[in-house]
Amino acid sequence: MQYAYYPGCSLKHTGKPYDMSIREVFKVLGLDLREIDDWNCCGATMYMSVDKVVGFAVSARILAQAQDMGCDICAPCSSCYTTLRKTNRHMAWNAHSRHIIQEALKAANLKYDKMVEVRHPLDILVNDVGVDKVASTAPNMFQGLKVAPYYGCMIVRPVYHFDDMDDPQTMNLLLGALGMDVVDYPDKVRCCGGMLMTTYEEIALDLNNHLLKCAEDNGAQVIATVCPLCQMNLEAYQSRINKAYGLNHHMPIVYFSQLVGLALGIEPKKLGLKTMLIDVPNLNLQPRTTRMAI
Amino acid sequence: MAKKPTVELVKKREADMQAAFWKQVKGIPRGEKILNCIQCGTCTGTCPVSYMMDITPRQIVALFRARRLEEILHSRTIWICASCYSCRVRCPSGILVTDLMYALKRLGMEMNIYPPKFPAHSLSKAFISNVYKYGRNFEMGLAIKYFLRTSPGKLLRNASFGLAMIRRGRIPLRPTTIRQVHQVRAIINRANQIKVQEA
Repeated sequence: MQYAYYPGCSLKHTGKPYDMSIREVFKVLGLDLREIDDWNCCGATMYMSVDKVVGFAVSARILAQAQDMGCDICAPCSSCYTTLRKTNRHMAWNAHSRHIIQEALKAANLKYDKMVEVRHPLDILVNDVGVDKVASTAPNMFQGLKVAPYYGCMIVRPVYHFDDMDDPQTMNLLLGALGMDVVDYPDKVRCCGGMLMTTYEEIALDLNNHLLKCAEDNGAQVIATVCPLCQMNLEAYQSRINKAYGLNHHMPIVYFSQLVGLALGIEPKKLGLKTMLIDVPNLNLQPRTTRMAI
Repeated sequence: MAKKPTVELVKKREADMQAAFWKQVKGIPRGEKILNCIQCGTCTGTCPVSYMMDITPRQIVALFRARRLEEILHSRTIWICASCYSCRVRCPSGILVTDLMYALKRLGMEMNIYPPKFPAHSLSKAFISNVYKYGRNFEMGLAIKYFLRTSPGKLLRNASFGLAMIRRGRIPLRPTTIRQVHQVRAIINRANQIKVQEA
């Protein structure tokens, strides 16, 4: 299977471990991940606050490039994922905007007239590859690492993409099949504050404290994320949260793909685990002996 | 002291704003559903940040109906919205609340009305100028500039993890410019040009 890879700006810096682990995991699973050449920023939620149609035209350049490649887009960043999908929906709904966007693309000698499907790597691993295929490929199994899967906002809302809006299960299934003890906790789709960490730190610290506490109270040893901004807020600002509230959170925040990669027998260094700010303890992996029943 | 605006002037301003707002609303799928609001407050209840808002999401709709858009634009609410879409999926009347928040942000920018001492809009503007300049976003440059403008103290408080991230290669010191940035600029210029022609 072939995918047009759109890493997005965050995966080039703060979310670098996400980028590294996605590439490695896809390689081991035999998926053909081809990075879109010379891609641009999708515009994120920021462009929508200034000018919606122009923002969609900017993200349509990425869609147009993927159309030429003739395959689905794989977009790991939740914000890119939502923005690209929103562009698709908007173009399908509003003929007038579609006209403006297509005219704008012509100025760059590009064309976007077919709907390119935008996929999240979690969706690809669970629905294209299949949980049992991933589990049977994995040479290692986790020995009951307690993990809290954190889905955040944008891969489950605003419309149904590939998982439930209130109680999504895809990450639970995937990580559970690799021997992890998946913790159920009520905050798995609650917001981390996103850009509020820059514009209104007080609120964002409170939201993230809430998430960390909820995961801790339910026994999690590690939180698995699907988005570079959630990861950064939860990880990098943990010391600020501890100082602000007089607490001592020490929760490793990793990408789900890093955990999958470890089970697939990929070296921690190649998965970017060495660049995390909080080390993951107790990564007790054992060679898989029996095939997991799903 | 500035002269007190007359009733006619206030009414005229509001009418202009309502017209501009409706233009934005028409660009949202099912945007006119804002008229179906039953004031149940589900949006406020489900919002993870409403407790810090000066006007709640439900009150936003009420104020819009009372023709007090200017008051909405002066509030922090629309800029506190983190766009998590909880309200949108819960609204029993099917109102796309989050998209209305974006519409109000754009209206504020168009009218040049912002909440006092809360320049969140400047971050969005800086962001899109980065997209034009480099074709990509330069997160760190953006945050540093914003902190310097608003609260330089924050820069110091965040310096320790900033350095740790730089050491781990997770924060670039320079922005990346894409090869075909001219394409991005051409797209933006052309889209803006069409919009101006139509207006």
